[in-house]
Amino acid sequence: MNLWRSITALFEYLLCLFRLGLQCLYWIAIAPFEKGRRPSYRSTVHHLVFAGVNSLPILFLILLLVGMILAYNSAYQLKKLGIMSLVPGLVGVAMTREIGPLLTAIVISARVGASYTAELGTMRVSEEILALDTLAINPVRFLVVPRLIAMVILFPLVMTCANCVGMLGGMLVGWLNLGLSPEVYYQYTFDNLVQRDLTVGLIKSFFFAVIIILVSCHEGLAVIGGAEGVGRATTRSVVNSIVLVITANLFFAAFFFLQEQWI
Amino acid sequence: MISTDQTVDSPPSALLRLKGVCKNFGTRKILSGITLDIPAGKVTVIMGSSGHGKSTLLKLLIGALQPDEGEIYFEGQNLCAFTAEQWDAYRLRFGMVFQSGALLNSLTVGENIALPLREHSRLSESIIEKIIKIKLELVGLRGFEDLMPDELSGGMRKRVGIARAIVMDPQLVFYDEPTSGLDPVTSAVIDNLIQSLTEKLGITSVVITHDMKSAFTIAHQMAMLYEGKIIAHGTPAEVRKCDDPRVQQFINGLPDGPIPMNRSKGSYLEDLFGMDEPKMI
Repeated sequence: MNLWRSITALFEYLLCLFRLGLQCLYWIAIAPFEKGRRPSYRSTVHHLVFAGVNSLPILFLILLLVGMILAYNSAYQLKKLGIMSLVPGLVGVAMTREIGPLLTAIVISARVGASYTAELGTMRVSEEILALDTLAINPVRFLVVPRLIAMVILFPLVMTCANCVGMLGGMLVGWLNLGLSPEVYYQYTFDNLVQRDLTVGLIKSFFFAVIIILVSCHEGLAVIGGAEGVGRATTRSVVNSIVLVITANLFFAAFFFLQEQWI
Repeated sequence: MISTDQTVDSPPSALLRLKGVCKNFGTRKILSGITLDIPAGKVTVIMGSSGHGKSTLLKLLIGALQPDEGEIYFEGQNLCAFTAEQWDAYRLRFGMVFQSGALLNSLTVGENIALPLREHSRLSESIIEKIIKIKLELVGLRGFEDLMPDELSGGMRKRVGIARAIVMDPQLVFYDEPTSGLDPVTSAVIDNLIQSLTEKLGITSVVITHDMKSAFTIAHQMAMLYEGKIIAHGTPAEVRKCDDPRVQQFINGLPDGPIPMNRSKGSYLEDLFGMDEPKMI
């Protein structure tokens, strides 16, 4: 009975996210022509800076460290086989296809998603969302859409930069400990990396951006129960974003694997 | 269900009309059978103790909640049958002043006031700047455009809230506890402001309050809510003369009377000792 209730709650939650997504789609794609109301350019730029530019230092640090860890661990195994030359390719492919998108999503959901949930939740508790309603300003158009547009633009960009930093971490390890000069490391990386790996990462990044914004904004707009409610919603936002991103990643991994098999 | 194109014969001066409005939250009855006319160009004060349905009534009037029974008419049109577009049109015709001000904390005072204009009009920035100055002058805060809401006192936030509420020149303004938590001087300033907006601009005001001094100062018409029902209704003089002891206790702020202060549930002794009577040893 509890399992059934949990499954129902999960589908209801996903339905809420889907509805919010549809509303965003309406305000982005239909309302500008139907009602002549475009999403706020100023607000979108503000979020591009807040969520994108300001996230770069922490993202670069984490991806640099993970790139180094990945190089050490792959070298540990590949050394036994005497094929150290595969380390750059392994780091590069793993970075662009899996680790880069996933870690970027985790960092962004913890840094930006949590902040959006707390901000929107506090706005709800302090009646600012109700105030927007009474001013005939749709909260989804005013608050969610600029964040969504900004995130969809910035996620692939910051992820690509972070991937480069991750590969740079691997290159550092290769240079210092594996006897691979930067030129050789660079050459081996791009010998193994194909266009498809980059495309897979970029496709994922779009969906991860959408998931993070829909979850964080839905949780923020649905806050009940004052300050404690905001805290609970913020925790839920990060946990749910990460779980949904990893679940989506599994589907993508299976999809792209099977697609490659068919090809 | 009455459709929006159906109108009721409301008195020519009634801007809003509530007919048998009921609202329940679960099994709790919050409002039962509220019938009230809100005349145009007047200040109507709805008063009552906390938890007796004032805020719920206000939320019904601004469309944040829908009544379970009954109808609310604005200029003869049934709010309950409004479409999303009609709600937006209605919202542009009223302003709402929240208890906390509810200013957007990420925007400056000027941006808060300009927000409805930027969203709903095609006025140039220079005109918008002028309107901001005019509205801020009305509430006595010109020159504060660039401050953030956090930098204002409670009274100033409420005054900025009033400036934002009247920026679209609405017909109707709702005030939620406009003087609660303010010092007597600031309360008097807010009272004067509500009166002057009604007199000078002809705005209809609906004020939810339990501040009796303020209520009797500004009201043209008063209604008292008690346990979700209107128990007194009329001019301030009529309400003052009302012989209902609950009304007299409330308007005179008396601790003893039919309105119970204690709203505890169940037996006190049972709660304390787990039994009806303490055992005598």
